[in-house]
Formats: sequence, structure tokens, C-alpha cells
Amino acid sequence: MTFNSLGQRLAPWALPVALLAAWQGAVVLGLLSTRILPAPSAVLAAGWELLGSGELWTHLAISGWRAGVGFAIGGGIGLLLGFITGLSTWGERLLDSSVQMIRNVPHLALIPLVILWFGIDESAKVFLVALGTLFPIYLNTYHGIRNVDPALVEMARSYGLSGFALFRQVILPGALPSILVGVRFALGFMWLTLIVAETISASAGIGYLAMNAREFLQTDVVVLAILLYAVLGKLADVAARGLERVWLRWHPAYQAKAGGQ
Amino acid sequence: MTALHSIRQGIPLAIERIEKSFGERRVLKGIDLHIPAGQFVAVVGRSGCGKSTLLRLLAGLDQPSGGQLLAGSGSLNAVREDIRLMFQDARLLPWKRVIDNVGLGLSGNWRQQAEEALAAVGLGERAHDWPAALSGGQKQRVALARALIHRPHLLLLDEPLGALDALTRIEMQQLIERLWQRHGFTVLLVTHDVSEAVAVADRVILIEDGRIGLDLPIDLPRPRHRGDAHLAVLEAQVLDRVLALPASPPQAQALSPLPTQLRWAL
Repeated sequence: MTFNSLGQRLAPWALPVALLAAWQGAVVLGLLSTRILPAPSAVLAAGWELLGSGELWTHLAISGWRAGVGFAIGGGIGLLLGFITGLSTWGERLLDSSVQMIRNVPHLALIPLVILWFGIDESAKVFLVALGTLFPIYLNTYHGIRNVDPALVEMARSYGLSGFALFRQVILPGALPSILVGVRFALGFMWLTLIVAETISASAGIGYLAMNAREFLQTDVVVLAILLYAVLGKLADVAARGLERVWLRWHPAYQAKAGGQ
Repeated sequence: MTALHSIRQGIPLAIERIEKSFGERRVLKGIDLHIPAGQFVAVVGRSGCGKSTLLRLLAGLDQPSGGQLLAGSGSLNAVREDIRLMFQDARLLPWKRVIDNVGLGLSGNWRQQAEEALAAVGLGERAHDWPAALSGGQKQRVALARALIHRPHLLLLDEPLGALDALTRIEMQQLIERLWQRHGFTVLLVTHDVSEAVAVADRVILIEDGRIGLDLPIDLPRPRHRGDAHLAVLEAQVLDRVLALPASPPQAQALSPLPTQLRWAL
């Protein structure tokens, strides 16, 4: 019985572990050139070395800072614009079609222009990340507010709620599931934008680490950088899920694990 | 403040030549109705006859196209705070716990009162559950507690029991009747269930095609027993009248514009 449950717990890991073992074996036996793909052990060793020298932390910190600041600025503006267009007819009339037009420009296409504007310093990357995260949050905030049940708004008004109280107690919580979907999309765009921006022009950060290693044919460091992006993306997603679990705990769809049913 | 529940506190209602049109369609065509304080009035009629529209006018959710609504001799708008409406669906905010739904719109120290209101509808121990965990009947009881905590002088009920099963309905009817007897507010119950109307009300109003078709006092002692012969006679009397007129062609329910600056796309 315990063996069975242990087997079930470990089953999802069987394939990745087997693949890693095959990969390591192929490199050790010389079937796979380290130029193409370094052994997993070499990637680990490279990570350990960079960790020990403190270099990895510097790059992680600078990438994290760019992502965080860009997300805060872009998300904040997106949220604000979404509130304006969602709550007022005039706001929608004035702003929505303009925002939609800008949204349809792929923000990565602006890179040449952004480099001309900001050079290659931090503001260029932060600007690109902000631009990438703005629209998913804007769109979902706007959509979420428009889809708040009008029957609940009518009820709340008949109980004397209006203005900010109505917004805080009815409209914002009603729009929150949609806003959080926007946050998860935005987090995906955040890393994607940062990867591209750091790869093109940077003097620090994980993207710079990868591009610099490429110059010196350090495939182990390149693979390490790719893995780091994967881990950071996963962490951001876990954080967003955590927010959903806390803020949407009233929602039956997010209570699956709480009741044990 | 004074113990309000110990005094009779209903408001008398005067509905004078009330008309309401949605575009070309005239829904209410001059309704005249006087309701003394504390009376329990049931309004029945076929769907689309305008009974819910009348209730929405009284609740201030829509404005009449003509005529006036009075509370005693003053305007009904002046006593808006003393009027509470219970909707057909419970309309609980799913993101607030039961007790916070009951305290909606209240400020100050209302938790004690909310607990009492919940206890009065028999849901004292569900105060900290999410609304999603309640059954349909329990949700309506929370909605009733939410209306009662404001100590309304006029309680408007818009088919609040329409979606409940037969047994839960009877329980809810008795609960509403009991609370009405204790608090003495005026009640206007809109329902499509004639047996429910004659079982709980002092007076049954039938609305036909936007006008009052029948105004029938129900002078039976309380508590009334379901299946009582007198109730059956009165029920048959109302039903005969309802069925005497051919059904009006089905019309789409007018979507009334919300009293809000929000515009809801699609």
C-alpha cells in the first residue's frame, strides 16, 4: 500500500529523471559533443561556481529588479486605464480605441526605437517590460469590470452603497478573477520581454550572462541561463496562483483543496 | 435608540395613478392602491402583467412615467431608507462571508445585530460561511436577514420564493409571516403562486394588463393551515379570475436601464 502511494508520487518524475540520465550518459560516452549540449553535471557545476563567486546573484538581482519595476509600472498603468475605461462611458469613448490601437503594435518591434530613445541602459528594458505587461492587465481589468453582475450592483445600490464603497465592495471584487488572469498573462510577457531585451543589449542580467557565455562557447552557462528563466517564470506563476488562492478563496473554483471533498 | 421592534412601525402606502412605459410599451396603465400601515399585501398576476415593475417603482429602482407614490402624506422618496427589497434571486455578494453580506451598507458596530438577524432566520451558525456553500433556501434566508437588519418599515418581496422547492417555500412563508407579525412592517409580496398569496396575505391584489383586476381581502385568522377549505375557496376565486382573461401574447421582458453611470457592454 505504502509502496503503491510512493510509486504514484514518484511516477511523474520518472520520465524527466530518465531523460537526464540518458543525456548525461550520451555526453559521457561521447555521443553528444559538449559544444552542442553540456552534461547536466556540467551545468550544475557551472551554476555552483557562479553561485560561489556571487556573480549569479548579481545577475539575478538586476534581472529581477528590471522585471519587478517594469511590471509595477506597466501593471499599474494598465490597471488604472482599465478602471477608467471600465467605469466611465466617457473614459471608454476617449481612451479605449487608442489603447487598442497601440496594443496591436508588437511591443518588441519597438526595440530599435527604444534603443534610440533610451540607449541601452536600464530605462530601455524597464520601458519594454512595462509596455509588455500593460495591455494584458488593461484588457482583463476592463473586461472584468464590464462583466460584474449588474444585478449585484443594483442590489448594492438599493442598500445604499455608492461611489468608492460600491467600487471597493462590489465592482473590484467582482472584477478580480479577471484581473488576476491578466496578471498571469502579464507575468508571462514580463519574462519574455526581459529575455529579448537583455539578449539584445545589456551589460548585466541573466540575458547578458547567456550572451557573454556564448561568446566564449560556454554552453554550460548558456543552458544554466535558460534554466534560470524557466525557474523564474515558474516562480512568478506560483506567486500569481498564491494570490488567486488568497483573494479568490470565496470562489468555488478555487476552493478545491480547502474542503478535502 | 429606542427598541424599535416593540412598536408597530409599518408605513402606509398610497399609489396614485401610477403609470410606467418602456418605450412604446405601456406596462402600468394607472394603478390606484392604498395600503394601510402594517398590512400584508400579495400582488399576483400572469408573467408580464407589470407586477414586478410596480415593485421596482416602489423600491426606487425605476422612476414612474406618471402618477405619484406616497408614504402617508409625504413622498415615498423621503423614506427610502425605511424600504428594503428582496429580489427573486438572493443576490448575495459571493466574495463576502454570510455575516458581511448581512451587514452590507451598515457602518459602526453592526456585527451583534447581524448575528441576531441571522439567528432570527435560523442561520446563526452559518455566519462565517461563504454564500457558495449555502443552498437556495438558505441564501434567501440570508437575503431576508440582510433586509431585516435595516428594520424596514416597508418590505418589498419580488417573488423571493419562486426558485425554492415546495417544502422550503412553506417554511419561508411561515418565517416571513412570523417576522412580519413581530415587527409590524408593511409587506408587499409579488408572487405568481396564488395559493401562497392567499395563505400569507391580508389582501390579494390581481394585476391584469397593467391595471388592478381584483382586490380581495383575506379575512382568515392566523395561523392559517395549508389545505384549509376557506383558503381553497379564495384561491379558486382568484384563479378563476386570472384564467378568465386569455393570456396576453408573450412579450420580451423589458430590460430596464440600470440606475448607474456604468454602461454594461454586450
